[in-house]
Amino acid sequence: MYRYDEFDQTFVNERVAQFREQVARRLSGELSEDEFRPLRLMNGLYLQLHAYMLRVAIPYGVLSSRQLRQLAMIARRYDRGYGHFTTRQNIQFNWPKLADVPDILADLAEVEMHTIQTSGNSIRNVTADALAGVARDEIADPRIYAEIIRQWSTLHPEFSFLPRKFKIAVTGAAHDRAVIRAHDIGLRLHRNDEGEVGFEVLVGGGQGRTPILAETIRGFLPEQHLLSYLEAILRVYNQLGRRDNLFKARVKILVREVGAGAFAEMVEAEWQEIRVGALALPDDEVRRIADYFAPPTYRALDDGGSALAAALAAEPAFARWHKSNVTAHKRPGYAIATISLKPHGGIPGDATAAEMETVAELADRYSFGEIRVTHKQNLVLADVAQDDLHALWRALDEAGLATANAGLVSDIIACPGLDYCNLANARSIPVAQRIAERFRDPAREQAIGGVTVNISGCINACGHHHVANIGILGVDKKGKEYYQVTLGGAADENAAIGSIIGPAFDEEQIVGAVETVLDVYLAERRPDERFIDTYRRVGPRPFKEKLYAAA
Amino acid sequence: MQVQAVTANRLEDGFVVYLTPAGHWSERLADCALTDEAAAPALLARAVAEVTTARVVGPYLITVEVENGEIRPLGQRERLRTRGPSVRLDLGYQAQES
Repeated sequence: MYRYDEFDQTFVNERVAQFREQVARRLSGELSEDEFRPLRLMNGLYLQLHAYMLRVAIPYGVLSSRQLRQLAMIARRYDRGYGHFTTRQNIQFNWPKLADVPDILADLAEVEMHTIQTSGNSIRNVTADALAGVARDEIADPRIYAEIIRQWSTLHPEFSFLPRKFKIAVTGAAHDRAVIRAHDIGLRLHRNDEGEVGFEVLVGGGQGRTPILAETIRGFLPEQHLLSYLEAILRVYNQLGRRDNLFKARVKILVREVGAGAFAEMVEAEWQEIRVGALALPDDEVRRIADYFAPPTYRALDDGGSALAAALAAEPAFARWHKSNVTAHKRPGYAIATISLKPHGGIPGDATAAEMETVAELADRYSFGEIRVTHKQNLVLADVAQDDLHALWRALDEAGLATANAGLVSDIIACPGLDYCNLANARSIPVAQRIAERFRDPAREQAIGGVTVNISGCINACGHHHVANIGILGVDKKGKEYYQVTLGGAADENAAIGSIIGPAFDEEQIVGAVETVLDVYLAERRPDERFIDTYRRVGPRPFKEKLYAAA
Repeated sequence: MQVQAVTANRLEDGFVVYLTPAGHWSERLADCALTDEAAAPALLARAVAEVTTARVVGPYLITVEVENGEIRPLGQRERLRTRGPSVRLDLGYQAQES
């Protein structure tokens, strides 16, 4: 993984020292809250319902075991012994004291981490496919380009005051695991007819109150032009993006208002001015960054060893976990293991300090000391020898981390909702917990198969409900929580925004409504159809009829 | 007529606090100063004027109901603020009650 050079480390250390002084001035009363708020937000410090919240950047979701141990230490020493992994591959601490935050930042800097670009109208921490470098369908490694974008964006003087926040996601695979069409800029690495690697560039996606899928503005951008082209997009946005209305300030609104074609023309015109120059990426610089992401020293192994086959045959619980949580690796004899942070009845994305330490230990033992954070709020060990899978599963099971539900109904994305968040209108977590409890029976859950259920506690859509097969949006009606259901959304390469199926359900009805939707699917489905396939074939009608039959 | 109170978050840790009749800030809603709608703006103005010395952030008015001497906020958001996350009963003020 990428390691800080002297420049990175000095920069981060200086920012910590600066914030320490700013916090001291705030605590002494020298700075008012109005004066301090932009400063704390530039350091990822929010004020939520019950306490401050500190959001830590995990660039493109990649962590070393040392970093994960430090996060565990921070959770224990300064917080309440846990952290919350987010849909942007970050982690949040929910109870830091203001006076402790500079010390937390210093402890983060010690392991090459920080909280910059996790708030404000900046280019946010860049996200990528959590299976980068190991997925079988990968064309090129998105981490290299995500790191280049990180370096370009972190200290960009021109883009420190954008109209609104700006999110970039990169994938290098055919199957999109980075939800690129729901980002301000989505980048998809692919090869052209000449076999060269470049990017499909998509712009103007986003969720929130106006969900829009990003449109392609350039089919193939050669690698060396990545930064000049991104700069051209940001310039057009910085110049023309609306600043009069918070809700219309994202680039998606600009792209929609002028049209993707016209937006592309403006970007191309701007790009012609700057494409030859300091921003061109020299090949040796790309290779230098790529070296940080060189594959680990894999052993020469074969697929499907006899030890694995025997364990799968002997232990049904292991076989279930293997079926849902293990993904094919591009190297023979290796596998990708998803560690679900969605135990049935648990809080999606939460991990205790002890759990983080266990995962760090298992990463050291079985996966070259590296951990990935997924946008689905799970963790991944990306390089596990297939013959180690059984031992890994045993260790995970002992720690309560072997929930076999990756990609299934109970693998729910949920924002913190009204239990923690200042912006929320309704709670998300209890609904996720109750749905997961309802589908606790592993046979039933696996019979239903792959489906995404996502929950947001307000229209800002941090819980990705718009792009879920079954989306749930919490709303407040006269002080009471209601939940609106959308169906047919998708977050992959066939991304779609879900449609509202009908009137909202109350807290008591919502779990039954999800169950009804899945019952209709089971009744309607043809062999090998996933939920989304059936929905696309039959449309909303049978679901609607069943859901509102009694009304 | 609506009964109101003033709440804010404490500067040091962001914890929820309520303005008391004596002008202090308490973690307990039961200690809060109650006001009617007519007098509410003046009570809030007093709180806003004192944020620096009182070491609180963002005071605002909430509507409460008083039944048998017990003060309860209206709305799920403010009910959760008096207690803590409903999904972690071991955290927030509710943890001290059990």
